[in-house]
Amino acid sequence: MSAPAAAAVRELAGRVADPEIPVLTIEDLGILRDVVVDERGRVEVTITPTYSGCPAMEVIRDDLARTLAEHGYGDVRVRTVLAPAWTTDWMSAEGRAKLTAYGIAPPGPRRPGPVPVRLTTRPPEPVACPRCGSTDTHQTSRFGSTACKSLHACRACLEPFDHFKTL
Amino acid sequence: MTADLVAYALRLGDDALVLAQRLGEWSSRAPELEEDVALTNIGLDLLGQARALLSYAGEVEGAGRDEDDLAYLREEREFGNCLLVEQPNDDFGATIARQLYFSSYQLELYRALRGSADPTLAAVAAKAAKEVAYHRDHATMWVLRLGDGTEESHARMRDGLERLWPYVGELFETDEVVQRLAAAGVAVDPAGLRDGWDRHLDATLAEATLARPDGRWLPGGGRRGLHSEHMGYLLAELQYLHRLHPGARW
Repeated sequence: MSAPAAAAVRELAGRVADPEIPVLTIEDLGILRDVVVDERGRVEVTITPTYSGCPAMEVIRDDLARTLAEHGYGDVRVRTVLAPAWTTDWMSAEGRAKLTAYGIAPPGPRRPGPVPVRLTTRPPEPVACPRCGSTDTHQTSRFGSTACKSLHACRACLEPFDHFKTL
Repeated sequence: MTADLVAYALRLGDDALVLAQRLGEWSSRAPELEEDVALTNIGLDLLGQARALLSYAGEVEGAGRDEDDLAYLREEREFGNCLLVEQPNDDFGATIARQLYFSSYQLELYRALRGSADPTLAAVAAKAAKEVAYHRDHATMWVLRLGDGTEESHARMRDGLERLWPYVGELFETDEVVQRLAAAGVAVDPAGLRDGWDRHLDATLAEATLARPDGRWLPGGGRRGLHSEHMGYLLAELQYLHRLHPGARW
């Protein structure tokens, strides 16, 4: 199959939404790693999980197969790979903007090297409130409604909000 | 070599699976809602790691067993997890002590295992190390808060650390399976992880105004399938649905 056709299939696959944060597509998240279409029209899509236990992966596999089938690609294989390990650095600028608009503070840039140990109960560097932009915020929990998020609250506008953790 | 690799992947996977089961028991019972979410999220990360490791063990074994067969249909003596992860949740202080001991160990282990000659183990480790860094951070912050908190929280944190201390020794034990795999660059000999583990523990306890436990009774046997009395009850809860309704789905 021609390269433009493969690009079109990738575009289709990339439109599949994350079931837990439906404002993001798998392309925005950077978990769509590769799409290969062979000469007989068979498609192999490679995805990688955000977290090892991410329960959205099975829904994403089904959604990929269904979306591509609706566009005439009946023979679709979805492969899951762990390496290289996903990082929030793969999230697109568009994805970050969509997250903020949706009310979730986007991940910050990843520091090189291991996660620093903080021997203090003080929270890490403040996250800007996605609602009012204030950095006068505090973390209420390191873990949120999904594996990839933590919970915060804004002291300026008093709203609680989610933050997509840097990984 | 194949049998060694299967045993090793099962040990790593069983550690994660059994602790995930324990942490799931906190669902709706944690001291506060945020902690309920935190402990079950950590359990979910561990479950994901367990699935990857058990699937790989089944694949290497080549006998047609998948992750579900290995999780639900093995018997107690076939599980290679350490004794620490199967210990009851008990008081919140004990759960946090177990989290500190285990996540510190698992972080050192996964970081070293990223360089494994086995590409699958290296990939699982590279991914999991990033998750476990959060787990250790979570446990560390609780130990600081409880240890350097009130008289009551200090006492309960201290009791938890002392109660779980006997099961720390086994984490750093080695045997022929690990030694053969380590010589081939596949496994990490846990004996070499102790220094890094000690450094984190000592720094945390000093800051938390807690003393390092020094009990001498250090049981082992988990890696050979010799478990504590708690394991049978844990497996009964983990496995009964699948055994009663084989292949059940929803």
